[in-house]
Amino acid sequence: MINIKVIFFASFKEQLNCSQIEQSLDNEATIGDLCQMLAEKGERWQRLFAEANKNVKIACNQQMAETSTLLNDGDEVAFFPPVTGG
Amino acid sequence: MKSFRKKIVISKEPLDLTRFNLQIQSSQGENGASVIFTGCVRASKQDDGLIGMTLEHYPNMTESLLDEILLQAEKRWQLSRVLVAHRVGYLTRGEPIVFVGTCARHRKEAFESAEFIMDYLKNKATFWKKEHFIEDGNTKELWVESKQSDLETLKRWQ
Repeated sequence: MINIKVIFFASFKEQLNCSQIEQSLDNEATIGDLCQMLAEKGERWQRLFAEANKNVKIACNQQMAETSTLLNDGDEVAFFPPVTGG
Repeated sequence: MKSFRKKIVISKEPLDLTRFNLQIQSSQGENGASVIFTGCVRASKQDDGLIGMTLEHYPNMTESLLDEILLQAEKRWQLSRVLVAHRVGYLTRGEPIVFVGTCARHRKEAFESAEFIMDYLKNKATFWKKEHFIEDGNTKELWVESKQSDLETLKRWQ
C-alpha cells in the first residue's frame, strides 16, 4: 500500500467542502485509479471525478500531471480548475 | 536600493507599485528600455455590483511555475532585470492584482517579454479568482471561469 496526500483548490475545495485528505492506494496505482476512488466518496465527488474532464487540472508533487501518472508513497496530488490569475 | 536581476513576489499585502516601478526604472538608464504592466480589479465593474475579489493560489507551485516562465522569457530575450508580483487574498475595486516589469536594451525586447510573461502567467500560474458581488442587498460569490481567448494568446509564442 502507498499513502498520498490529496489537496483541492478554489471551486473544487468549495464544491467538495474539503481542502485536503489522506488516501491509501495499492502499489503502482495511477492518478486515474485515485480519481476512481475519489468518485466513490459521494455525489459531488462523483460529478467531479467520474470521467476525465478537461476542466479538472492535476498536479503531482507540484508538477502538472495526467491521469496516467504513476503514484508513489508520500506523493502530494492536487486537483484544481483551470487557472484564472493575472 | 538592493539590486536584483530577477524577482518574484507573491503578496498578501497591497502591491507597492511605486517601489516596483522604481526598481524597474532605476535600471532603465543603463539598459535603454523598460516596460511595466499592471492589472487591477476593474473599478468599472461597480455597475455589476462587484465589491471585491479573492485571489487564491497554490503556494510553492505558483512560485516555481512563475520561475519557469521567467526562465523561458530569458531564453528568448536578453533581459537585464525582470520583476513579477502577484497579489493574493482579498482585494477591493481598483487594487492592483499583478505587476510585470522588464528591462532590456531595446523596447521591442522589453515589450515582447512583458507580454509573453503575462500571457503565460494567465494560462499557467496556479492562481484562482473569486468575485464578490452585492445584488439586491445580498452578497454573492462567483469563481471566475477561464477564457478560451486567453488560451489562444499562447499560440503566437509557439
